[in-house]
Amino acid sequence: MGAFKAVLARDLRVAFRRWSELGHPLIFFVIVVTLFPLALSPTASQLRDVGVGVLWVAALLSSLLALDGLFRGDADDGSLEQLLLSPAPLTITVLAKVTAHTLVTLVPLICLVPLSALSFNIPFAALPTLALALLLATPTLSVLVALGAALTVSLRRGGSIVGLLVLPLTGPLLIFGTRATDLSVNGEPTAAPLLLLAALAALAVSLGPLAIAAAVKVGLE
Amino acid sequence: MSEFFSMNGHGAYVWSAYGITLAVLILNAWLARAKLLAALQRARELANQAEVPRKQPTVRRLQ
Amino acid sequence: MKLPRWFHQLGSPPYVYRLAERLCPWLGGLGILLLAVGGFWGLVIAPPDYQQGESARILYIHPQTAYIGMMAYVVMAVAAGVGYVWRLKIAHAVAVSAAPIGAWFTFCALFTGAVWGRPTWGTYWQWGDPRIMFEALLLFLFLGYLALRGAFDERDKADRVTAILAVVGVVNVPIVHYSVEWWNSLHQTSTLLSEGGPAMTTDMLIPFLIMFAAFTLTFYWLLLRRLQAEIVEREGDARWIRELVAEGAR
Repeated sequence: MGAFKAVLARDLRVAFRRWSELGHPLIFFVIVVTLFPLALSPTASQLRDVGVGVLWVAALLSSLLALDGLFRGDADDGSLEQLLLSPAPLTITVLAKVTAHTLVTLVPLICLVPLSALSFNIPFAALPTLALALLLATPTLSVLVALGAALTVSLRRGGSIVGLLVLPLTGPLLIFGTRATDLSVNGEPTAAPLLLLAALAALAVSLGPLAIAAAVKVGLE
Repeated sequence: MSEFFSMNGHGAYVWSAYGITLAVLILNAWLARAKLLAALQRARELANQAEVPRKQPTVRRLQ
Repeated sequence: MKLPRWFHQLGSPPYVYRLAERLCPWLGGLGILLLAVGGFWGLVIAPPDYQQGESARILYIHPQTAYIGMMAYVVMAVAAGVGYVWRLKIAHAVAVSAAPIGAWFTFCALFTGAVWGRPTWGTYWQWGDPRIMFEALLLFLFLGYLALRGAFDERDKADRVTAILAVVGVVNVPIVHYSVEWWNSLHQTSTLLSEGGPAMTTDMLIPFLIMFAAFTLTFYWLLLRRLQAEIVEREGDARWIRELVAEGAR
């Protein structure tokens, strides 16, 4: 537990040292979200129809932006190898790093989404479901993003491939998340997709760190 | 006979499905064979290189 | 635990190569024969469906290619996992060999599915249909595996990193399979394994099963051929390879 807190605190401190970079995914999100209405010139109801999908896709794309900071920075200056050598189990260390990354990158992002939803004419009443769906999707998303980062940590130009690896895996999140939001917009019960998101989150958080730790270890061999 | 090809109007669907699948199978068979032949060829070259007697490296005396 | 002899033998590249050499003609010959028989049966002899008409003939290739694609992924994931845990290079070779074949079969499944969907359901593609979406995900997983492989310079590292990706992705296979039972979808639930026996008449069942066998044999034939190439490449200038090419084996 102590190791978890130590790594978490350290990662948060490192992240905030370069706090201007934290804003990049958020700005990217806003830009992407603005580009769609520009390109589509939708009517008010069309905006609502595409809005849910656009928001989710934009959030997924934006979450990829900061993933380099997850492992590569530490890998470059050797501190990742130090973490490997430390007595704390790598799985815990990985969990701490992923948590830090989530708090710093993903949480601000998913706070932005409901705000942007208003600009897409999504009814106010649907926002809680949207927020809940995003919240439930976040752990899975973190794990998938971290897995992509870990698998490519030893690649010099891993950036271009990571999207190819991670985005298809986020497909189910997209399907269930947009389903939940759409149902909520239409006033229908949303329990099913939300529960599925929760199940995915449980699966991801329990098994993900194992795979991520293995990938980091192999990557640094 | 023409009935067979047109498949009661569904010809395009049935034949494209069967056709693409057949093409993919043929392609895969060809690719697998080509890879094996290329690998064997490379191995043959490596084996030939090894057989060429290596010249003893001349020892340069430092003047 | 004393492992059976064949387990050790399977870890030896020359043994596997020679075994493949002996098996391939049979697998390939029988596979192609069954493809011809099943294909002919499905196109000519089998009756058209009273609802779908002639396009029901795609029944003899679409489920089969989909199933083989999924089997290929499982083969790939199991082989990669075995290679990762027991550090067996030959297992990694199997995984690498299975990937492109699985990708192609999955592509066929998606293509034949789309082409079948148009006359049957009125649409080539249905976004949100769970089985279609997860089958597409399977194709992306194959492609991601191959792309990630290619990004590494060292083969050993490529093997082990992609093994993790392969094993993580295997979760998708049961999801594709059970998606029709868990969600409402355009796809129907299993016709073959439903209670009370297959829900298909015999004159359709026979080519249906023949094509399953045909595609399976063909897959393993293709797999073994690719495996042979992979083994030769990995073994480089090993003594047995030199003897092999000296024999003029090809």
